[in-house]
Amino acid sequence: MLNKHDVIEKNSFLMLILIVVVISIGGIVEVLPLFRIETTIEPIKGIRPYTPLELEGKNIYIREGCYNCHSQQIRPLRDEVERYGHYSLAAESMYDHPFQWGSKRTGPDLARVGGKYSDAWHVQHMMNPRSVVPESIMPSYAHLAHEGAHLDEIAADMRALRKTGVPYTDDMIKNAYKDALAQARNESDDFDGLQARYGTPFGHTVNARNFDGQETTTELDALIAYLQVLGTMADFKDYEPASDVGDKE
Amino acid sequence: MSEHNVEKDDISGVETTGHDWDGIKELNNPAPRWWLMVFYVCIAFAIGYWVIYPAWPTFSGDNERGGTKGTMGWTEYKQLKDSQAEILARRAQYLGRFEKASFSQIENDEGLRDFAVAGGKAAFKDNCATCHGTGGAGGNGYPNLNDDDWLWGGKIEDIYQTIRFGIRSGDDEARLSEMPTFGGMLTPKQISDVADFVLSKDNPTTPTAIEGKQVFADNCASCHGEKATGGREVGAPDLVDAIWLYGGTKADIMAQVTKPRHGVMPAWEHRLDRNTIRELAVYVHSLGGGEE
Ligand code: HEC
Ligand code: HEC
Ligand code: HEC
Repeated sequence: MLNKHDVIEKNSFLMLILIVVVISIGGIVEVLPLFRIETTIEPIKGIRPYTPLELEGKNIYIREGCYNCHSQQIRPLRDEVERYGHYSLAAESMYDHPFQWGSKRTGPDLARVGGKYSDAWHVQHMMNPRSVVPESIMPSYAHLAHEGAHLDEIAADMRALRKTGVPYTDDMIKNAYKDALAQARNESDDFDGLQARYGTPFGHTVNARNFDGQETTTELDALIAYLQVLGTMADFKDYEPASDVGDKE
Repeated sequence: MSEHNVEKDDISGVETTGHDWDGIKELNNPAPRWWLMVFYVCIAFAIGYWVIYPAWPTFSGDNERGGTKGTMGWTEYKQLKDSQAEILARRAQYLGRFEKASFSQIENDEGLRDFAVAGGKAAFKDNCATCHGTGGAGGNGYPNLNDDDWLWGGKIEDIYQTIRFGIRSGDDEARLSEMPTFGGMLTPKQISDVADFVLSKDNPTTPTAIEGKQVFADNCASCHGEKATGGREVGAPDLVDAIWLYGGTKADIMAQVTKPRHGVMPAWEHRLDRNTIRELAVYVHSLGGGEE
């Protein structure tokens, strides 16, 4: 019986066909679920695409490699839920390209860090983490406070993201630059437009203020705007886990 | 295959494959039996796993997240619920009473108090220590919670209120007050004078401090009090004690008067449940500075 593979080994065409069959099975198993992806995303109210300023913050987050030490995924395990809050839902990262899940946690998970700290704390922490958490090993990111945010290119990013399925409207893309500046000010005539595009339709008030306290709109403003919105969009009031819904039927 | 190679290697007695590379031949050893067994067991295990656990996407999309449910009805969410229920059961002995008890009842019941302090201590580490320090000792801009110097009040109810809604947090019920920006309102000399007065601890002896006393009475006393001992209705710190939120040098004081910082403490009402916030209030109150 063990000698049967002689046939395959000596017949290269047959071997080719069988290789294709085996690899296809492996491939299908990996690819098939992607065609049903919409059923794996539990619907939840409130999730919106990032505002232009938040998106710039996300770009900086990725550029600076924050994901090397921080995940954004609270797993449904008791200890994590106790420490970080409600477990993450797939819908909460459906507009993240690339998503920021992961298990590399040199620092804490950031999926729900929005609103946990004041802007002033974030500024201090980014300038020098040791000034607020003496035992911290996080590097200082003081350079972000001296670098203006590159907001003139943010509309192009939004256009690219739209191709991957993020529902940015023409209106959002056209007003990207204006919206970004409006969000980084304590008061702005353009706030109403920003709120109408990103707030009201999703039942939120967009966080708009001078995040880092400096006159200019810096990369630090963008990064803090991003951190402050993390995990705050989903409205868990009416949320029922899909498994419970199934039980009732 | 009729032309089975039956040539045997002289030394090992094992068949060769019949391939010959310049006299070097390959033995045709079968894969070890144990290895094959492991391989087959893995396949059987995988099939069992597909049946028992949610595994395959289906095209109907009706079932658990549009896939097969598995015969055990296992989901990650249920696993979480079960493990949470286990803890709740362990805490039930106290939790039921804790939920209904008022703060004064908790204070007078040693069991409940210890229960609350233990829970509050754990929650403090996760949520508060990064600002207020691991033991609540505070830091520049973040008040010490161990001492009896309170900005907004040190009764449990006050502390509960502070934690729940925060300070300048943007919450509708938040504690709110803003020290005005005196930078453009007072002259640099007045600011320097009033700082000298503050440093004199309401006992001005130098000429500048004496002038500063008037500036203080006109501009500051409404919040910080006639004797500069602070005003809790507006969270204005005591300026005669030795405890400083933003530092006690003349430069620190002038900086605060010129461009005050408006310290923000986040609201926890939407992040933590009621029991946890109550445990935190009892814990902070127990740290040493709690008032009756
Ligand atoms: C070398 C690893 C490392 C990198 C890189 C890093 N961090 Fe951290 N981070 C930590 C550690 C460790 C902590 C916990 C101690 C502290 O709070 O500083 C932390 C804490 C934080 C916190 C507070 C979280 C909480 O809930 O207390 C935030 C926010 C944060 N980091 C943001 C960032 C951002 C944004 C970046 C990228 C610009 C970044 N970190 C890069 C290690 C890192
Ligand atoms: C982002 C940093 C930050 C975090 C996190 C934070 N606090 Fe505070 N807290 C502050 C600041 C700043 C003040 C003082 C605000 C002011 O100037 O009035 C304060 C004030 C307080 C006070 C009032 C003190 C007084 O003298 O009246 C209490 C009580 C308190 N915090 C408890 C907590 C507890 C409990 C937690 C955790 C659930 C917590 N804080 C988390 C920043 C923070
Ligand atoms: C509207 C009320 C109000 C008025 C008026 C006011 N303050 Fe304050 N002051 C506050 C509050 C509230 C704080 C705490 C600020 C914070 O937590 O960010 C504070 C903080 C301070 C501090 C820092 C104390 C510390 O512990 O570090 C100093 C110094 C101070 N005030 C001096 C003055 C002087 C001098 C004046 C008059 C020129 C003045 N204040 C007027 C409300 C007031």
